[in-house]
Amino acid sequence: MTTVRINDRDVELPEQATVVDAVAHTTGRELTSTGAPVDGGRLGVAVALDGEVVPRSRWAATELSAGHELEIVTAVQGG
Amino acid sequence: MEIAPLTIGDYSLRSRLIMGTGGITDLSALEKALVQSGTTLTTVAMRRYSPETKTSVFSMLERLGIDVLPNTAGCYTVKDTVLTAELAREALETDLIKVEVIADEHTLLPDVIETLEATEQLVDRGFTPLVYTSDDPAVALRLEQAGAAAVMPLGAPIGTGLGILNPHNIELICSRAQVPVVLDAGIGAASQAALAIELGCSAVLVASAVTRAQDPTAMAEAMRLAVEAGLHSARAGRIPKREHALASSPEAGIINPLEDLT
Repeated sequence: MTTVRINDRDVELPEQATVVDAVAHTTGRELTSTGAPVDGGRLGVAVALDGEVVPRSRWAATELSAGHELEIVTAVQGG
Repeated sequence: MEIAPLTIGDYSLRSRLIMGTGGITDLSALEKALVQSGTTLTTVAMRRYSPETKTSVFSMLERLGIDVLPNTAGCYTVKDTVLTAELAREALETDLIKVEVIADEHTLLPDVIETLEATEQLVDRGFTPLVYTSDDPAVALRLEQAGAAAVMPLGAPIGTGLGILNPHNIELICSRAQVPVVLDAGIGAASQAALAIELGCSAVLVASAVTRAQDPTAMAEAMRLAVEAGLHSARAGRIPKREHALASSPEAGIINPLEDLT
């Protein structure tokens, strides 16, 4: 297992987990390998890895390792 | 009166009333208010995903066919603002961003220095920034020169409901701007929304005034009508202001009781 920080919490993910796995774990939604929800809806989520945005097109290719810090954000009520 | 869509960058804004979604916990009450407001563009904030966000405001807006305007609320620096904007673009698939860089949590006033720098960087990165700013006409002009697609001066500090504290400044900003001016923050009552449009603003953003009203749905309707009234009023061409009275009844043919007594 690999321990990464997601939204300021330690999360255990399988070895060689990618950003797709981290997003699926956090949102509880099943995702295709391209990061699209299997249910066909919009995900409305973005990811920053160590302060840099990871575009969805690179989620599957971005492997996570111990100590990585992820921010997984979405739209909430505001302004 | 036909109200033409407002062009902000490449975006076409149909309703001149932009709504906020904060300040209300009951999502179904928010939905009713948004529908009643007739808004076609509504702000959201970007925050860490939490399990409760599943029935999110985002899916509600999508269902209602209302476009999202992500903001950078909570940002104090250029760096945080740019990262938040990038995350918003990635998550919501829009180039629109309401740039909001706050100086401190007590006043929630915009830090115009950071705001200007953030605007420049966001323009370079291909965003369409709608920029929240103070009611300083010089700053508004600088933001426009930096590439702001719209400038959004405050009427009064966020959430105060004090209305438009310096109508002269708002009017001056509008008279010189080549980009749309959207009155943002401070509105409490519908009359103030109408005033904003009469002063020359192209649109109005309202959040707390509706979401924290005793009856948000009724206030949403009032705001919609006020913005419409403001647009009618602005187009109709108001009379010039005068120092002294000018009678509207004819002066000829006035009876003169004093004369009759002589």
